[in-house]
Amino acid sequence: MRFLSYAWDWLKQPAQWHGPDGIPIRILEQLYYTGLSLLIAALIAIPLGILIGHTGRGAALVVNLANAWRAIPTLGLLTLLAVTIGFSAVAWVSALAWLIPLVVLGIPPILVNTYEGVAGVDPELKDAARGMGMTSWQQVRKVEVPVATPLMVLGLRTGAIFVVATATIAAYIGLGGLGRYIIDGLATDNYGEVAGGALFVVVLALAVQAVFVGVRRLAVPAGLRQQARRT
Amino acid sequence: MDWSQVPELTWESNKLGVLPALFGLIISVPLGIVCVRWRWLYPPVLSTTSVLYAIPSLALFIVLIPYTGLTDTTVIIPLTLFSLCVLVPNVVDGLRSVPDPVRDAATAMGFGTLRRLVQVELPIAVPVVIAGLRVAVVSSISLASVGQLIGVSSLGYLIVDGYQRAFLTEILVGGGLIIALALVCDLLLVLVRRLLTPWRPRRTRRQLPEVVAEPVPALAGGAR
Repeated sequence: MRFLSYAWDWLKQPAQWHGPDGIPIRILEQLYYTGLSLLIAALIAIPLGILIGHTGRGAALVVNLANAWRAIPTLGLLTLLAVTIGFSAVAWVSALAWLIPLVVLGIPPILVNTYEGVAGVDPELKDAARGMGMTSWQQVRKVEVPVATPLMVLGLRTGAIFVVATATIAAYIGLGGLGRYIIDGLATDNYGEVAGGALFVVVLALAVQAVFVGVRRLAVPAGLRQQARRT
Repeated sequence: MDWSQVPELTWESNKLGVLPALFGLIISVPLGIVCVRWRWLYPPVLSTTSVLYAIPSLALFIVLIPYTGLTDTTVIIPLTLFSLCVLVPNVVDGLRSVPDPVRDAATAMGFGTLRRLVQVELPIAVPVVIAGLRVAVVSSISLASVGQLIGVSSLGYLIVDGYQRAFLTEILVGGGLIIALALVCDLLLVLVRRLLTPWRPRRTRRQLPEVVAEPVPALAGGAR
């Protein structure tokens, strides 16, 4: 594995592990960008998905949006915002240059899966809830949302894939994080640094996925677990 | 803005988008058939493809550089692997969507396993497989532009060049052409599906848009 030996030669140097551009700081940066973007995306997409799934209004719009979103070139969106607002002297405005693309790319999978989860709740189950005298809000809170959790978690997990990947690419427009090593290493023809950065990105991406497998265990209601295992 | 290189860059983007989806199809049809035949194989195959899918494209390009250099192959291999995440489940779902009575009828008419697969089961799976192929092509085309960061040329060149010169128009043209190319390929695949499945009713007016009727693609695939 030539890739691994390059990566190893680079990361065993003690210098990589200290200071503001050391590996620990870069990992924290990457987690911060990813976590913040995913949180904002979830805060927008989950309520919206529940609303659309519950009322059935705007369903076609959601599905078409999700399809169109696949065509958006990540790099294009990042550079577009970097050129227009990225050089702003106001710190929070220039931060939007990376935050907007990350959030925008994170929203569709969460939105679509939440919507599908809520809309796909067995109509008989909804009838039973209504028959028990539940109000519309109680139906959402006690029946539709719990039943939709497996798909919601799947949506968050898929969203995390895109956010982690895009945060890596965002190093190209000057963002910190692990992508820095890749972009800086490419610029200086230092393949060891590039490989080291890529290795950490891969490990981090897989770790995030593993976390979501755990989240799924915790978040899915006990009554659904058996069913979830079957599918 | 220099338009003279646009046709060549568009062709490159097209190649980097279509080839991975095609290779993905070539791999996932036999893989899907095997997964339907031996059910226990499907869960591990599915986990493998989704783990591969979780790896950021840029990192995967880098991993391949020592082996395949700064060539198209370095971009095509990861995009092919990503496409499996959409294509394999669609092939499996497509084959499973064949109603049992149809399968039984084919057997009763004396079809052997292979002939039944080729003449009955695969044609019935075509719409679902093509739905997956659409997702794979569209996301490969937009993802291919990331390859520009390691120097593999495509319409992504306009984006990178536009960024380096802080030239907004060039970024917009690059991004716009990528989206347009993806839409054209998507439409062509819809046409291919119509040609391959003439027995399916045309869309009537009251039906929901095409995408709603076709399962799975909502969950996976996409630009990163």
